[in-house]
Amino acid sequence: MQAAAQAETVRASAVDPAPFIRIDGVSKYFGTFRAVENVSLEIRKGEIFALLGGSGCGKTTLLRMLAGFEEPTKGRIFIDGQDMTGVPAYDRPVNMMFQSYALFPHMSVEKNVGYGLKHERMTDARRKERVREMLELVQLSQFAHRKPHQISGGQRQRVALARALARQPKLLLLDEPLAALDKKLREHTQFELMDIQHKTGTTFIVVTHDQEEAMILSDRMAVMDKGEVKQVGSPTEVYEYPTNRFVAGFIGSINFAEASVVSVAGDLAQVEVPAFGGRMSARAVPGLAAGQALTLAVRPEKLTISRGRPDLPNAVQGVVSDVGYFGKDSLYKVRLPSGAVLTAHSANARRAAEAERVATWEDDVWLSFDPSAAILLTA
Amino acid sequence: MNRRPVFLMSVLAFGFAFFYVPILSMIVFSFNNARLATVWGGFSTKWYAKLFANDQVLDAAWLSVRIALTSATVATILGTMAGIALARFRRFRGRTFFSGLVTAPLIMPEVITGISTLIFFILISNLLEAAFGWKTQRGFTTITLAHITFSLTFVTAIIQSRLRDADIAVEEAAMDLGSRPWQVMKDITLPIISPAILSGWLLAFTISLDDVVITSFTTGPGSTTLPILIWSKVKLGVTPDINALATITVCVVGLGVIIAGILLNRAERRRDLDAQMAYRANE
Repeated sequence: MQAAAQAETVRASAVDPAPFIRIDGVSKYFGTFRAVENVSLEIRKGEIFALLGGSGCGKTTLLRMLAGFEEPTKGRIFIDGQDMTGVPAYDRPVNMMFQSYALFPHMSVEKNVGYGLKHERMTDARRKERVREMLELVQLSQFAHRKPHQISGGQRQRVALARALARQPKLLLLDEPLAALDKKLREHTQFELMDIQHKTGTTFIVVTHDQEEAMILSDRMAVMDKGEVKQVGSPTEVYEYPTNRFVAGFIGSINFAEASVVSVAGDLAQVEVPAFGGRMSARAVPGLAAGQALTLAVRPEKLTISRGRPDLPNAVQGVVSDVGYFGKDSLYKVRLPSGAVLTAHSANARRAAEAERVATWEDDVWLSFDPSAAILLTA
Repeated sequence: MNRRPVFLMSVLAFGFAFFYVPILSMIVFSFNNARLATVWGGFSTKWYAKLFANDQVLDAAWLSVRIALTSATVATILGTMAGIALARFRRFRGRTFFSGLVTAPLIMPEVITGISTLIFFILISNLLEAAFGWKTQRGFTTITLAHITFSLTFVTAIIQSRLRDADIAVEEAAMDLGSRPWQVMKDITLPIISPAILSGWLLAFTISLDDVVITSFTTGPGSTTLPILIWSKVKLGVTPDINALATITVCVVGLGVIIAGILLNRAERRRDLDAQMAYRANE
């Protein structure tokens, strides 16, 4: 019996491919300001989905529409098949963890966590039991009787999480969950959040401006800019296969160069890159035509730096204009004859003194990259 | 280098002296044994004894307290409602007009408020008599209504500014956890602003207790409040029993303010201390 229940939990926590939350053509205007513009997203049951973007990109407005604090100007939101139009925040199967945590200052930790349960039809004993379980989940049992101002920031964050999870919502919204924590605590808390999500199987939507946070936490993410969704995909897809300049530039660092298509053969395209002083080959994207202008992009860690000319189709020569040593890796800025400056990252895999490193200031070097590492962006 | 502190300290001393020497001298002369209010004739508490034997004074004091209690309570209820409306509902029809109406008594000269209130009461009283043959007199009710009107403004301002500082997300969190708006009000908003409500009430109470101008316009025969009584007595010359009466008033008001201050301060200080401890424990 117990084993069967456990198997059930495991199955429930696995990601279900059918859309559990459907955001259908949602727009939100404040007067003439378009906070969210025609956003459509499908989020699966049990996944951690991140909404990533800079401030004012509309991610928080979208979150508030999911919570029921704002009504969409246009479009509909479905949660588990139920249309949320006109459903007030207090009737939605959704709970939210606020950026400021928004703990009730006049209530103990225990009362905070139990607050949402007073609207649930359950016995007092069951209610107490649930609060106890929740506090155990976030490892705060010994702080049950403290007030929010008597605990630390990290503990407050966990109280907020426990409070939001106590009602067993179908969907948990997290607004910048780690923004108020210091760096060390953030890393720890990130994994703790993922662990808790795994245990409860709740669908999480996380709003964040921090790309690393989105990459680590999420199963899939939507990158937003000026109210629009620019790309949806797994962290790997979004990082390695960005579909437009905004996403490529927003996540991680990247070198851009203007280019034009010369020819396309199979899955390889030859492009003329004036800044690199010649032709480069790159993995083709669908719908390329000869003569088409586009952007070639290469991530710094995919550029190989060497003294001699490498035997690769994509190689450019330049002079090291700047070196940044970070310990585990080094950053090289290389100026090309065209005046363009490329950034290359190179791991310091070997233990070596400064003079023995691959290059230093004013060295002539070659930068090369594999055609598969070159990203062609048409938008 | 040394001149500045001396200069600053003497300005400070002069300022304080200007504020508090009159009150101090009043308190000292309330214990004066002589009949003259300004010539010292030895220590005595006879003016206090005389005061407590004076029915006129006791009646006036009781009336003042009743008016202050009633008007402060009603003003606090209405002012809290107005403050919440102004702080939490950012957009509603006539918001600016409402905000202006609520705060206007703050800058309106008291005499104007007094006269207009008086005219209004006369009008109402005439209407009541014409319509129902109901003869009304100005007194407790009219004074209380007038006091509610102007102290309401102060309460509204206090509540509004307290709510503006408060994190609205806390109220949203309660709604998110399943509370309907009125439950959010009861469980979250009111407890959070309760210190502001208390200080609003205290302020309304003191304002009502010492008001002369508006009271003198809205009072009627037989309804003499304490400040009005003092005012009319002083017109016949300052006597030591007035000093005694004023001293008692100062003590009562001062005590109230000090108690409220201590209550608010202690809660605040304990919070700060706890927050510091929690921070240090987790460093």
